[in-house]
Parts: sequence; C-alpha cells; structure tokens
Amino acid sequence: MSSLTRIILQRLGLGFLTLFAVSLIIAFVVELLPGDITQAMLGQSATPETVAAFRKEIGLDRPAHIRYFEWLGGIFKGDLGQSLASKRDISEFVGTRLSNTLFLGGLAAAFAVPLALLLGLLAALYRNSIFDRIVNLTTLTSISFPEFFVAYILILFLSVKAGIFPGISNVSTNLAFGDQLFRTILPALTLTLVVLAHMLRMTRAAIINLLSSPYIEMARLKGTRPFRVIVYHALPNAWGPIVNVIALNLAYLVVGVVVVEVVFVYPGLGQLLVDSVAKRDLPVVQACAIIFAAVYILLNLLADIVSIVSNPRLLHPR
Amino acid sequence: MLKLLWTAPLSAKVGVVAILAYAFVALFAPLLAPYGETAIVGSSYELWSDKFIFGTDNIGRDMLTRLIYGARNTIGIAFLTVAIAFFVGGTLGMLAAILGGVYDLVIGRLVDILMAIPSLVFALLLLTVFGTSIPSLVLIIALLDSTRVFRIARSAAMNVVVMEFVEAARLRGEGMGWVIRKEVLPNITAPLLAEFGLRFCFVFLFIAALSFLGLGIQPPLADWGSMVRETATLINYNDITPLLPAIAIAGLTVAVNFVVDWMLHLSSGLRSDSH
Repeated sequence: MSSLTRIILQRLGLGFLTLFAVSLIIAFVVELLPGDITQAMLGQSATPETVAAFRKEIGLDRPAHIRYFEWLGGIFKGDLGQSLASKRDISEFVGTRLSNTLFLGGLAAAFAVPLALLLGLLAALYRNSIFDRIVNLTTLTSISFPEFFVAYILILFLSVKAGIFPGISNVSTNLAFGDQLFRTILPALTLTLVVLAHMLRMTRAAIINLLSSPYIEMARLKGTRPFRVIVYHALPNAWGPIVNVIALNLAYLVVGVVVVEVVFVYPGLGQLLVDSVAKRDLPVVQACAIIFAAVYILLNLLADIVSIVSNPRLLHPR
Repeated sequence: MLKLLWTAPLSAKVGVVAILAYAFVALFAPLLAPYGETAIVGSSYELWSDKFIFGTDNIGRDMLTRLIYGARNTIGIAFLTVAIAFFVGGTLGMLAAILGGVYDLVIGRLVDILMAIPSLVFALLLLTVFGTSIPSLVLIIALLDSTRVFRIARSAAMNVVVMEFVEAARLRGEGMGWVIRKEVLPNITAPLLAEFGLRFCFVFLFIAALSFLGLGIQPPLADWGSMVRETATLINYNDITPLLPAIAIAGLTVAVNFVVDWMLHLSSGLRSDSH
C-alpha cells in the first residue's frame, strides 16, 4: 500500500472515530436531562401510571447503553427514531430538510468561493496598497456583523425597497428549479457575505505567507515576470492552503445556515433544529445534531486530507 | 499606555472610544434611560416621535430605554461568559503545558472531540436539555468556549514553561499556583488579551444569535438579540427600527475587532495576517 492511501485511510478512520465519540457525547448529554422528558411532555398533573406508560411507549424504561446502541444501529439503517411532537418518523421529513440546507449552502459557496479567491489573491498581490487596506477594513467590519443584521439589511434594500427578491424563502419540492433558485437567492447572498470575509482574509494570509518564502524571492531576483512568479512558482504550492480555506469555511457555512434559515423562514435543517429545541423535541434535536456534526466533521476531514495530499512535506513525514 | 494609544492607527482609536462609550452606557443605564426597563409606556409599534425617540416595541415598551438597558444585559452576560471561559480554559491550558504527560493527552483529546462538534449545534442541544435560563446559558457557552481558550493558553504557555526561570521556580519548590500566576501568566498576557477580545466578539455574537432565535436571554430582560426578533416584522413595512439593536451589536464587535487587530499588529507585524 502506498503511503498516500495509508495516510488517507488513517485519517478516515480517525474521522469515524471522532464521529463515534461525538455520537457518544450527544447521547450522554441527552441522558443528563434533569427530571424527565415525559414530565415536560405530559405536564405536572400526569399520574405516575400515565408517565410510566409513556416512558414505555418511547422506550425510556430500558437501560441507557441499550438505547444508545439501538439509536446508533438505527442511524445506519436510516431510522432516526420518532418525533415526540408530531409522532412521525424523523427520517421521513429530515431528508428534504437536509437537501434544502445543502442546496442553500451550495449556492452560497458557488457565489463566495470564486469571489473570495479572486479578491484575496488581489489583496495579497497588492499588499499594503489602498485596495488592500480597504479590503482589510471592510472584511474586519463585516466579520463583526451578526448574520441577522446582514439578512435584514438585504431584506430591507432588495426585498422591501426594491422589491426584486421575496423576503421569505418558502421553497417546497414541487417548485420548478428556477423558481426555487430565485427564492433561495436572498438567503444565499446573506450567507455569502457572512462567509466571504473569513475566506478572503484566510486566502490573503495563505498567499502572503507563501510570497514571503525564499524561493519566491529567488524567482523575483532572477528577473521572472510577476505573472510567471504567481502562476508557475506560487500557485502550485498555494492550492493546498486555498482548498483548506474553502473546506474550513464550508464547514462554517453549514452551521451559519441556522440563523439565516430562521430569518428567511427557509425550510431547512437549521430551522427544524431551532423549532425542535423550542418544543424540546429531543429525538429530533438529537438527529439534527448528529447530522450537522457529521457534515462538519466530514468537511474538516476533507480539509485535512487535501492539505496532506497537496503538501509533499506532510506526505512523507520523517 | 496612553502614549502607545496616541501612536495607534485611526481605526484603533475609534475602537477604544467606542468601547468606552458602550461601557459608559452599560454602567449608567438607569440614569440615561427615559423609562423603566420593562415598563409598558405606549401602544405597540408606535412610530418615532419626541416622546419615544425610536418608537415602541411589540408590546409598547420604549425602544431607546430597551436599547440602553440592553447594553447592560447583553454586554454583561457576554463578558461574564468569556471571563469564566478564560478562567477555566486558561488554567487548564497552562496546567497542561506545565504538567504534560497523561494529563495533557487526556484533556487535549477531550478538547479535540468537543471542538469537532459545531458549537452552535452543541449549544442548542445542551440548551434543550438544561433549559434556557441565564445561568445555564452562561455556563454552556463558557464550557464550549473554554476549549478554544485551552488551545491558545496551552500553546502560548508551552513556549514559556521550557524557560530556565520556570524550571528554577519549580526546583526551589514553588507550588503549582505560584508557577502559574507569577511565572507563566505574566509572560503570556499579551496573546491572551488579544484572544480575549476575539473570544468576546465571538461569544457576544453567539449569545445575540441565540437570543435572536428565542433560545438565549429570555424576556422581559432587555437584550439586543431578542429585540431584533421582537420587532422583526417592522422591516416589511420599510421601518428600520429592528436594525437599531443589530447596529448596536455590530458597532461593539467592530470596535473590539479594530482594537484587537491593532494589538495583534503590535505584538507581531505578521501575525495580524494569520487569521
């Protein structure tokens, strides 16, 4: 087996181990619930008999480790349990929610990634110029904005004042693709602005880091044209950090989606999570948490693997 | 310190002034506010007028008053949270650097696993379990945030604990508390202080987001995140009132970020580019 596949398999194994540990923590936290979910569901006036019957119905009467392994086994079979509030199977409605969220995240990434790379590259090339300073100041400012602030500003100007886009993104599966795209643009734009600043700053830092290395200076000193320095000398080594930046920010995007979905009433996983927290619908919260955690861990894993694959020094550790 | 500030770039000066202004409003809220924090003084959603400078909210409380008290509650709770996170994470991080070995390994792995879960999702899960009271909110976020502080404190302290003066202190039999407070802490204050600003911004935005989702600071306490949520429908009538608390949030984080950016620039010319 080549060292590359071994490293990747190692990382994958580590990722699944992390995921397993995370599922354990989530289950453990749920076990900590003070009192009982049944008391909260049935109210204070419930008789001990009804509480006992309800506990049996949702399976709370069996020991914790058995329930954990049933839950874990269920996930692999695509069975996420049953919602306490609606009594429906969670896997029934979580699928469309997840695909909506991924669609929104993907659209935001499609806007943000090229823009961030281009602007970050330019800011790094013209370091300390007026352009760089403006970019630095605006990104620093926009990092500080809460997501809902950006969202409401966009709603105010693009929806209420100009009336171009709808302020509420009530997409559903029976809409045509174009229509769905149109209704998703405003939340996607919000996410783009939120994630753009981070991505841009990280790209700029990665490129500047690279441009200060001795071999780039050597290339400059021997009289290579700037364009050639960038494309032939800097870029091959820059792909690693750049892809790393993208993957890290996509992971950030997946979570940042929660607030934006609530603002735009977008029927995604984040909205479902927030609603379920308010209703204390624990099985749904648990399911959403493990899905979010899985996507997050996988994207971080991807960033990790890419940075190893693209860096010969990490690929052949001494 | 004042002399140093004089040479700071304009953005940092603006930041310092703004932070002082926020602190002033937070400290003297009862003197500045025209009405009581939870007093219902008019009908709901009144327009901007001389009587109510920014109008009233969804149940007829004065917006300006709520904004002023919001400074106290929102900033106070965020500050308390970050302080706890720094105390816990900083102490554990320095201990990990000094003790090393099994302790370092166990805490380090635990922190790794906690950091593998997106913090908003984990916070929502914990809030479902423990309920949305202010003590549980503060403790949950402090716990999640202390993992980040642990990393910074540990890596900064790592460079210090190998120094001769730390070894000398341990050889002459000083206790662990002394080594941490008198030998290690003074040497990692600068990076920790900058990190404190960054973590404060993060926690402040985090609590605002949770409150906005209705899962953070609960009514009737005035708080900027929930104020946006309460008045949000007004945006559809071309009214910018819901943006006011959001601007208040953004203003403080921008100010802190400007100051932190300058501080990082001071401690190392290149470090400000590394994040």
